[in-house]
Amino acid sequence: MRINPAKCVACGNCTYVCPMEAIYIDPVLKRATINRDECVECYACFNGLSQEHLNPTMVRTVRNLFKMMRVRFEPEPDVCPTAAFEPDKLEWPRVVRRAFSDPRVPHESTGVEGRGTEEVKTNDVSGRVKVGEVGFTIEFGRPGVGARFYEIQKMSQTLARAGVSFEKKNPVTSLMSDVATGTIREDILNEKVMSAILEIKVPVERTEEVIRLVWDVEKQISTVVALGVGTRCDENGEDNVVAPILERLGYKLERAKTNIGLGRINAVQQKTDAKEVVHA
Amino acid sequence: MTNTLHRFGDAESFRDDYVVFAIASKGKNDQDALPKLRRFLEIAREYKPVNLGDARHGGALRPSKEMNPMSHWQRDMTPDFDAVIAGLDHPTTCAAVFDDRVKAEDFVKRIREEDLGLSVNISTSIDGAEQCCHYAGIPRHSVGYSLGFEGHTEKLPNDRVMMLSTMCGHGMVSHQLARKMIDWVKEGRRTPAEAVTYMARFCSCGVFNPARAKRVLESVIHQNGQPLTQLQAQSQTNADE
Repeated sequence: MRINPAKCVACGNCTYVCPMEAIYIDPVLKRATINRDECVECYACFNGLSQEHLNPTMVRTVRNLFKMMRVRFEPEPDVCPTAAFEPDKLEWPRVVRRAFSDPRVPHESTGVEGRGTEEVKTNDVSGRVKVGEVGFTIEFGRPGVGARFYEIQKMSQTLARAGVSFEKKNPVTSLMSDVATGTIREDILNEKVMSAILEIKVPVERTEEVIRLVWDVEKQISTVVALGVGTRCDENGEDNVVAPILERLGYKLERAKTNIGLGRINAVQQKTDAKEVVHA
Repeated sequence: MTNTLHRFGDAESFRDDYVVFAIASKGKNDQDALPKLRRFLEIAREYKPVNLGDARHGGALRPSKEMNPMSHWQRDMTPDFDAVIAGLDHPTTCAAVFDDRVKAEDFVKRIREEDLGLSVNISTSIDGAEQCCHYAGIPRHSVGYSLGFEGHTEKLPNDRVMMLSTMCGHGMVSHQLARKMIDWVKEGRRTPAEAVTYMARFCSCGVFNPARAKRVLESVIHQNGQPLTQLQAQSQTNADE
């Protein structure tokens, strides 16, 4: 992303909307400026700000006049008055930033659509997490801190050493140069993203072990981690297995995403699945 | 994606926050997914949601690329649910946000009866989702718990800011904007209802809850030495009596 200096009037609205606090008014240039190392190409500024198309010279004149009189002009806070934001063409490896930060774009850089996988959201049709298994989503950088891949790699390598395998369709997995060791390709290690998720699945007996590994790595990295734990309920819709483990570890369970089991595999696809079973 | 899961707050703070979303899994139940997702949104509209959205186009309040300068004085702040439904052009995650348990329960029951075949999830407090399932006569299939935020949490802002900014799980509502809106409400420069719309426009999938956000912002206002929320609760109790 870039801000066109010919258009920017330094109103400052964009400095507040950047989730990474990467935009500031340069005191010499007197224009909004992006710290490119901190910018994660999330496009919140470009997509989220409404745009007016006012004449920049006129706006600057009015603003300077008001400033001289110590009058505060109070426009809407979610507007760029001169439509000064201009997306620039992103090259590798910077394109990875956008893939993990702008929720509206598919993962072109990774070949995986979406920013994570469907985890338990479609478990009723995918059967991904079965009874006796636990699916983890280990998310780095959110909310509003960001993460670099070298931090994520510390976690992935630790988990790999413990013999944990990663979800194949996950975008971070697709950027690993060696999935067996959890090693992420070297040319993106310093790239910063809004958030990235490692996804793993283990037998329920390993729940505590994995959480303790996560706790250890959290101390070695400089970002925040949001942990999600998914499991299959029993035939009565109860989970009397995983929740007690989490509570024993000190977690107070407040919020959850509950799959209510209304998904149904389409008839045609069921037939295809049946054929595949026959061939197998 | 975990964009509705990790909202900041305790279970009680989710009393007016029920996100119900539908999703089709590629190669599993995505046949005719588009009309089914549209139907999901149309039904949701009947139950008076506070937001509707799809993951490609956003929610019922959206930014404008051609804003009229006069809008600074007469900006339309009405959520446009019709635009969300009409704009759905690709199978993607569709969400409806309710600020009331009864509305959410009725909607979930209706969705069960419609039998769309889509995967449907409820993101709220664990008890809230269980009550919805119980009312609709559905046993929970799977559950994904949020264990909250860990690691270097000293980098995170205060509770009110977190409650606002994490309502866009994709991180599009910045901490700074949330903080600014709290300040503006405190200073009387904007009403809570106005401040909420500025934040909601940044949410790119429509799961931001304007009703809960308004409640959070109202908690910073005091009248005659009492929090506005407390006065509203008293007035509601008096009306009920």
